[in-house]
Amino acid sequence: MVVSCEHVWQEISNYLEGDVDAPLRSAMDEHFLTCAHCKSVLEGTRNVIQLYSDERMIEVPAGFGRRLEKRLIQNSRVSGSRWSSWSAWLVPVAALALATAGLRLANSMTFSPPIKSELAQPAKDIPPDMVVLVAAGTRVFHVAGCGVIHNKDHVRTLTAKEAIREGYVPCIRCLRKYVENASAGHVALDSEAAADLDDDEDGHGGQ
Amino acid sequence: MAEPNMTLQNPTLQNPEQAITREQELIASVQRGQNELFYELVRPYERRVYAAAFAILRNETDAEDVAQEAMLKAFANIRKFRSESRFSTWLIQITVNEALMRRRRERTVVMEGIDERRNREEETGYAPREFADWREIPSEALERKEVRQKLSEALASLDRKYREVFVMRDMEHLNIQETADALGISVASVKTRLLRARLMLRDLLAGGWEQGWFSRLPFEKGNKPW
Repeated sequence: MVVSCEHVWQEISNYLEGDVDAPLRSAMDEHFLTCAHCKSVLEGTRNVIQLYSDERMIEVPAGFGRRLEKRLIQNSRVSGSRWSSWSAWLVPVAALALATAGLRLANSMTFSPPIKSELAQPAKDIPPDMVVLVAAGTRVFHVAGCGVIHNKDHVRTLTAKEAIREGYVPCIRCLRKYVENASAGHVALDSEAAADLDDDEDGHGGQ
Repeated sequence: MAEPNMTLQNPTLQNPEQAITREQELIASVQRGQNELFYELVRPYERRVYAAAFAILRNETDAEDVAQEAMLKAFANIRKFRSESRFSTWLIQITVNEALMRRRRERTVVMEGIDERRNREEETGYAPREFADWREIPSEALERKEVRQKLSEALASLDRKYREVFVMRDMEHLNIQETADALGISVASVKTRLLRARLMLRDLLAGGWEQGWFSRLPFEKGNKPW
């Protein structure tokens, strides 16, 4: 098998890789014995590979290693050794829990009615299904027949549970027993209701 | 380019078997959660990781940033590493991927057009230009900064696609298939580009003799072919 110079040049890289078949390798070996040009190309190419494969040819900017180490250490602290491998799942679980809680809070805030009184709190042990009356423009709910209902022309009927949910507070006259059963925290509630009643009474001249 | 760090940090150059065993121990330890050992694991390859990024990006700042990102990605995925491949190869491939992604983000349509034209030109053959007796450049010459500088300049003058293949194969020591996988090109393209890169560098360095690049090199007896 005889090879031309052009053929040798095209295969010289594969030759140096050991990636030519035996007949071609033999033919190229023969060629190098007689062709100074191709021999020069072979030696030069081999020298190029040898030089560039030397680690000294890889230059890095000053301080590169230090900066890399610093960043890796910072990263290691964040995801760090104090985090054992089993606890890695805690992060997504905690995130999910927070998201769920946030969603619930958002829902409750979205769907709850506006509070009628900043001090409004449900009275203790009041039957949730008790039918009560609320009048427009007031903050107090009453049982039917209560003598201090203000604005009687604009009352509506609902349950105690609904009234409380809407932010109304119980009348301290007609619903006193429930208010009195309430905790000490309801003192302010009583005062609020009383003030509301006073307003009602003032407006109506004591019905 | 800043003053190079000349320390040879790769333990594989000193005692390959011990270095490989130590590397395997470090990999296992980091995979078990000893994160603080990760830098010790990758330290021997930090220069190669940087060089791979620089070969693709040709910008020191970008190359360093990508090298760091690649290391962090390797850290995040260390549990997925299996010993079927060399750790260094895995690390270099992550780096090449990061660098290629960075370049894709920053490339312009104009550059894409130029690359397409160059791809077509690749099909034509390359013939060596310099046929004078090759004057060997001994490895000892690499101690001299100006020699390294000239070699770096010659490499930088290559077209991107030739330079990348040459760096992956001849400087990063990936094999042909690994180079093809890392760069997303065929094995045939790797071989073609590698041939051209090597021949072009040879021509460039042979020309360097005439320009006096290496004229003051101290050669040992018997190393002068002329």
